[in-house]
Amino acid sequence: MQLTFRIWRQEQFQDKGAFKEYLVDHLTEDMSFLEALDHLNETLVLKGERVIAFEYDCREGICGQCGIFINGRAHGPHDHVTTCQLHLRSFQDGDTVTVEPWRAKAFPVVQDLIVDRSAFDRIIAQGGYISAKTGTAPEANAILIGKETADKAMDAAACIGCGACVATCKNGSAALFTSAKINHLNTLPQGKLEADQRVRDMTAQMEEEGFGHCSFTGACEVECPEGISIANIAEMNARYWKARLFA
Amino acid sequence: MKLDAKIPEGRLEDKWRNYQLKSQLINPANKKKLKVIVVGSGLSGAGAAATLAELGYDIQCFFYQDSARRAHSVAAQGGINAAKNYQHDGDSIWRMFYDTLKGGDFRSREANTYRLAELSAPLIDHFTQQGVPFAREYGGVLVNRSFGGVQVQRTFYARGQTGQQLLLAAYSQLNKMVRQQKVTLFPRHEMMDLVLVDGVAKGIIARDLVTGELKRFAADAVVLATGGYSRVYRLSTLAIGCNGSAIWKAHKRGAFFAAPSFTQIHPTALPQSSESQSKLTLMSESLRNDGRIWVPLQKDDPRKPNDIPEAERDYYLERRYPSFGNLAPRDIASRAAKERIDAGFGVGRLKNAVYLDFRKAIADYGQQVVQDRYGNLFKMYKKITGINAYAEPMLISPAAHFSMGGLWVDYELMTTIPGLYAVGECNFSDHGANRLGANSLLQASVDGYFILPNTINNYLAASLATDTATVDDPAFEVVEQEVKDQIDRILSVHGKRTVDDFHRALGKIMWQECAMSRNKPGLEQAIEDIKALRTSFWSDVKVTGVARGLNTELEKALRLADFIELGILMCTDALQREESCGAHFREEYQTEEGEAQRRDDDFAYVSAWEYDPEAFQLHREELTFEYVQPSVRSYK
Repeated sequence: MQLTFRIWRQEQFQDKGAFKEYLVDHLTEDMSFLEALDHLNETLVLKGERVIAFEYDCREGICGQCGIFINGRAHGPHDHVTTCQLHLRSFQDGDTVTVEPWRAKAFPVVQDLIVDRSAFDRIIAQGGYISAKTGTAPEANAILIGKETADKAMDAAACIGCGACVATCKNGSAALFTSAKINHLNTLPQGKLEADQRVRDMTAQMEEEGFGHCSFTGACEVECPEGISIANIAEMNARYWKARLFA
Repeated sequence: MKLDAKIPEGRLEDKWRNYQLKSQLINPANKKKLKVIVVGSGLSGAGAAATLAELGYDIQCFFYQDSARRAHSVAAQGGINAAKNYQHDGDSIWRMFYDTLKGGDFRSREANTYRLAELSAPLIDHFTQQGVPFAREYGGVLVNRSFGGVQVQRTFYARGQTGQQLLLAAYSQLNKMVRQQKVTLFPRHEMMDLVLVDGVAKGIIARDLVTGELKRFAADAVVLATGGYSRVYRLSTLAIGCNGSAIWKAHKRGAFFAAPSFTQIHPTALPQSSESQSKLTLMSESLRNDGRIWVPLQKDDPRKPNDIPEAERDYYLERRYPSFGNLAPRDIASRAAKERIDAGFGVGRLKNAVYLDFRKAIADYGQQVVQDRYGNLFKMYKKITGINAYAEPMLISPAAHFSMGGLWVDYELMTTIPGLYAVGECNFSDHGANRLGANSLLQASVDGYFILPNTINNYLAASLATDTATVDDPAFEVVEQEVKDQIDRILSVHGKRTVDDFHRALGKIMWQECAMSRNKPGLEQAIEDIKALRTSFWSDVKVTGVARGLNTELEKALRLADFIELGILMCTDALQREESCGAHFREEYQTEEGEAQRRDDDFAYVSAWEYDPEAFQLHREELTFEYVQPSVRSYK
């Protein structure tokens, strides 16, 4: 199998990047997309060129590190997958595939396909936790949580922090990411005491980082590898106004 | 050097308490003055960093990923064990201790293993408090499921994403302490070497992976929490970036390496499909609760799995191990799969897999129940293979997974270098020669949250009297120069083979000779082959790009250089241990039925290796069993 990759190359944030084309041969359908890039990089090494910088780690869809815009879509042509879970069987022999980094104001390019997503960490640091020290926990079954509540919290908690929601959003909004963490914690009884403060602080940080506003196009939930629903955003907004009005 | 594990006195159930009662305290004002470096941000690293920061220490935490949330603890699927006895099925701390010791084939310390079981129940309380959405009953209490090697239900879980949820809890707490300015994070920083001042760990040299700059960091103690090293096999269930470099560098600086060859081969990963494959995805062991493993009775059976009638299927685990069946421990299940595959009964395109079948579970409880339990795993399987496992069996195969071996540590988790600690998977500790499923998240967590924060003060209290080292100490200069030389050397080889190519070659040798089945001539040859590979690597590797800048090829090359050396040690260890125990299966030592044959009279010790560029030196820590009589480990 043969593919032409049109790949964004950019030395560093300050530089202007550009697309460069690579004809890649000896590919097989069961290769993952990242393995195809590995293969391309090996050929670049043998030619003495600098390899394409791209990110990955677990390669099983859970670490959230791989994030590439492929043919105009976050994580490629399918809904709800990560780039590492995309395989070449999703392309036709001879296709040209356009490969870009996440593009968002809050995610500056580091090199080629690597972006800086540390803004997400800073949002979490503004309340994406329960303030309880190690060693102070009551007996686990002393906190009863119904299955529906636990499941709802888990649905939101499943976020892998890949940033596809931001990359695909025309406003570059991090509302899905932020709402997922807020709703995970605010749904559970353990998170209730800090619920209002959490929603205020985390949304404030989200704005400070330069993420855009949500205009409910729903694009994010389609690309989300975990299928996190945009209902989370509506819920966050409700929590936000409640926290503002009744504070 | 005589190895002293520093096991506290008293009865088994009193040891940890006795230790805590006698350990030294440091007043809050003084804790502020003490700096601790934590390398790694997984469950053990983030747990340790957050907790030490809560106690008041000044913490710096380093990791190679872009965010602490990526650490590979995130990928653990099935669950975490705890002796809560919520199912009222006869569980207890003692039983969990015994299961773990037996699961490890009596090659771990009684006191450590008991402490692991003892701290398991409070750990579930801890994670629940932190907001981990564990699975619940409608009435609100926590749910459990079974895992391999155990006959009670003691595994807690959050769908098939337990590791993710625990890691995110630890990551949250870490960020909480970042906000309080008690932790400084160093993302995209890789530890390149350890710095000793007068024989004591006083800091590290780290490489900024974006700028390529080498940086010096000094501290009063260094904690390694860098995970497992099964990427030495190249194909494994680990993340691509997982590496053994930090512990290898520590080893070369004097930390003993214990049981390096004890590697768990997980029975249920997706099979290799091609040479270019980079990763073997794990399918959680929890699937073996309801999935049945089989191969056709007939060799090269051309029929599709669903067309093969019951009578013509060989449920070999149920056949060989009737009392544990599909929930036999991992080493045993992997070896049984290898036996069938080697005998020519393997299935799949490359005949390198066995079936994991849910037909009976779906018939018994309906698809919805199976979906509730394992939905995300079936989804993942579909994403990767394109196959709907509700309709036909999964294809699975053994893959390198977990390092029971690691840096030798005493009861306080300190290595043989004063001031250097190892927590989580990167230490050798509680799992002996084989780890039970769902004990990994447990060990990483208790090491980081509960044990280290209670032991490190014993060391730091004494170091209060001395000044904190500074990066101006000449030792930092020397080590930094050595790191720089190594980088320059690798970049100046200008050979003809890629790093990946060398890694594939190393992986093949290791998988062939030092994985599920080992023998003397094979291991001797492997050592020679790896030494030849090392020579070839340093004369023929080709790494492009620059030292001062982002260079992923250079990162891979530096890690591989260490893996090659580690591979030699692993084979040396496997060769020296002339017995079979747990995951270490020497073909020369097996029963007539093909089960592992331990030799307690000669090998009831922990092998702790001292680095020596000529020949690794073996030190023995004898294992004494005061409370449990080692027995033949049977799951029949």
